[in-house]
Amino acid sequence: MSARTRKWQEKLGFGILIAATAFVILVLIVILHDIFSKGAGVLSWEFITSKPRKGMTEGGIWPAIVGTFWVSLVTVVFTVPAGLFAAIYLNEYAAQNRLVRVIRLAIRNLSGVPSIVYGLFGFTLFIMILRINLSVLAGGLTLGLLTLPWTITASEEALKTVPMSYREGALALGATKWQTIRTNVLPYAVPGMLTGTILGLARAAGETAPILFTGAAFFWPLLPSFPKVLTSQFMALPYHLFIMATQHHAIVKVRPIAYGTAAVLIGLILIMNAAAVYIRYRFRKKYKRL
Amino acid sequence: MPNPTNHIELVTRDFSFYYGDFRALTSISMDVERNRVTAFIGPSGCGKSTFLRSLNRMNDIIPGTRVEGKVLLGGVDIYGKDVDVVDLRRKVGMVFQKSNPFPKSIFDNVAYGLRIHGERNPSAVAQRVEESLRAAALWNEVKDRLDKSALDLSGGQQQRLCIARALAVKPEIVLMDEPASALDPLATQKIEELIFELKKEYTIIIVTHNMQQAARVSDATAFFYLGELVEFDETKKIFTNPKEKKTEDYITGRFG
Amino acid sequence: MEGVNVDNPQSAGIGRVRAWRRFREKAIETFFLANGLFAVLVLLAIFSMLFTEGWPALKRVPFGEWVMSTEWDPTSPVRESYGILALIVSTLMVSIGALILAVPLGIACAAYIADVAPARVREIVKPVIEILAGIPSVVVGFFGLVVLGPLLAKAFHAGNGLNGVNGSILLAVMALPTIMSVSEDAIVSVPQELKNASLALGATRWQTLMRVTLPAALSGIVASVMLGMGRAIGETMTVLMACGNAPAMPHSFLDPVRTMTATIAIELGETVQGSTHFHSLFVIAFFLFLMTFAVNLVSDIILQRVRKRMGGA
Repeated sequence: MSARTRKWQEKLGFGILIAATAFVILVLIVILHDIFSKGAGVLSWEFITSKPRKGMTEGGIWPAIVGTFWVSLVTVVFTVPAGLFAAIYLNEYAAQNRLVRVIRLAIRNLSGVPSIVYGLFGFTLFIMILRINLSVLAGGLTLGLLTLPWTITASEEALKTVPMSYREGALALGATKWQTIRTNVLPYAVPGMLTGTILGLARAAGETAPILFTGAAFFWPLLPSFPKVLTSQFMALPYHLFIMATQHHAIVKVRPIAYGTAAVLIGLILIMNAAAVYIRYRFRKKYKRL
Repeated sequence: MPNPTNHIELVTRDFSFYYGDFRALTSISMDVERNRVTAFIGPSGCGKSTFLRSLNRMNDIIPGTRVEGKVLLGGVDIYGKDVDVVDLRRKVGMVFQKSNPFPKSIFDNVAYGLRIHGERNPSAVAQRVEESLRAAALWNEVKDRLDKSALDLSGGQQQRLCIARALAVKPEIVLMDEPASALDPLATQKIEELIFELKKEYTIIIVTHNMQQAARVSDATAFFYLGELVEFDETKKIFTNPKEKKTEDYITGRFG
Repeated sequence: MEGVNVDNPQSAGIGRVRAWRRFREKAIETFFLANGLFAVLVLLAIFSMLFTEGWPALKRVPFGEWVMSTEWDPTSPVRESYGILALIVSTLMVSIGALILAVPLGIACAAYIADVAPARVREIVKPVIEILAGIPSVVVGFFGLVVLGPLLAKAFHAGNGLNGVNGSILLAVMALPTIMSVSEDAIVSVPQELKNASLALGATRWQTLMRVTLPAALSGIVASVMLGMGRAIGETMTVLMACGNAPAMPHSFLDPVRTMTATIAIELGETVQGSTHFHSLFVIAFFLFLMTFAVNLVSDIILQRVRKRMGGA
């Protein structure tokens, strides 16, 4: 092959790669554009802050936003400590032995379990066995189990970014292992953990299957306050979108509301992702000085 | 003959160290004297840093390592079953090759060791921080900005801060692992002057790659080669009249 | 005090066992270990829950019927039937359809980002594509329902457009980020020396990519495909909303299909707790679990091997 043909071959090949990448980005743009342009019609302050009216054919989605907030809060309160503690074990204490390999294998497999299976598990454990009501608590804990493997992985990544020299320095001064972790490792892993937590939260907030059978309600406009909210059923943005898209008695009429719900859901998730990326960016910059 | 226990601080007997199956140190026996500077020299990979890190059991944090033989501190084997490594490291402080200030204020860096050892009295902490910074010849440079980040100090200042941090918990021995290898000549000179001052109160063991440095700062010098202690004697003798051929070859720059 | 040199009071103390401190450190470590073991416990609990809840149905219906029969009709007044073959085939069909679309695209994107794109372009393109991973499956399903469905209906004259093609396209969107990021890791971790050796022999960057880099990253890429497959098999909301949900053996991609996940989602709310129908949904979930478990395990084994070969990094 002459140098010229090879040059052309390379141009063509790279062109295909660029085209593929551009196509994927185009798909993303088409989806986002469709949702936001058609959702923009109903988006208003009133849509966000008012309750659904007239058999959910009018009004807003406030209860679904509040429900998503509470259920995500329960998820975080459960998953962040549990994930962090497990990550501390794996990154700071664990030796290379069979037990640790089993734990890591379990975590990797948990992250591959389908979300609907988590839904079934939450339903069986919380509703049938523990007899918790269909509630924010049951839904949040189910999502908490779902997000656990991500949180562990994210926390471990955050702990890994803390330089080894911080640990050595503290140990050499006679700090115990736990003192070292508490005073000289965890504080510097916080931004990374925050990033991981927000990303996990964003994913949990968009999940539907795990809350289908654990507490998400078709229509539940009540907004009880804490702590009563924990034992109450709830509306949630992703479930509301599902209802409005497929289950409502006047599907075509409520389509704008469905679009509005989708826009708010994606908007929330994009904001959370942006916040996470921003924190990670700031964090990296800070550590570059070392 | 003076009673040896009065001036001998640290004793090792047939000390060997393994990374898994690899023996990094073979049967090291040596007596380190109090209030003197002992230098470890030798080519890279000769085991001098491994040996240094064995003296406060910093190698414990590397998985798969194992020791044989004894390291006696005040007559107690530091690898003994009932030795608390936390107390050991408090008595045997360490300064690392690459300065590693914590991303805290200058004050909090020096106060760190005091606080983890339970010193809660703020004025006692403040007093000890000042003493340590003075002892590390850093006080005059930083006294007006103790609350500023330690990361804003120059490389040489950072290393002296790490020395102050180690001194704050009142160790008996200070281990220094090539403390000036990343510094410019001026900062190196300051560290060397400091080491000379510190031996009045502390026993110093320093690993260095730089033979002139060993000759300048140390009283006794140990030459390591391939995990063995080839020769250990007064620094003057090592550099002027070594017993071993290998030592002479290294000193005169024939290898390493 | 045993072992302490009384002549040297300064050194007294290192030989004293600090029993309380040692106990506390050990207790803290044990606490963290317990949290690590919690993950193992959850996995075991999920497995045993699926099995024990599925058992009453497994016991009642002959095993052959589950995996051989294509007839799924647990509520039939005449004869209840529990064949999940059609559901399994549907699940595999849409998943494989998704891979056919997502694998070439995903690998091409990964190769572009990892090996071709200038640093500045990469810094922008990578986070943009990561947004794709953040779009909830219910939104993707909604898009399939209201945009892609009508489009497909027009293009293929295929009913309402809620069918296997629709599901495959949407699952491709869901699986793409996984395939891309794991493949990218694999391509990035090919040693530069290997590429340099090829370039030094006069190969173009394209030739190096095709003949050296991609083959060297092959195991990682295969693992990414398996992980993507696992995601596609386990996806619920997209297929529930966009596949048409007819519980029959599909004959083509243009047939409406109903996956295992969708069946569970649709029917659990409508069954009587404790009925054979109820338990049979756990049997479906059990098979689903086994399928994703197997797929993920294979990718896991491949990735572990890659990691070992790359020197434990």
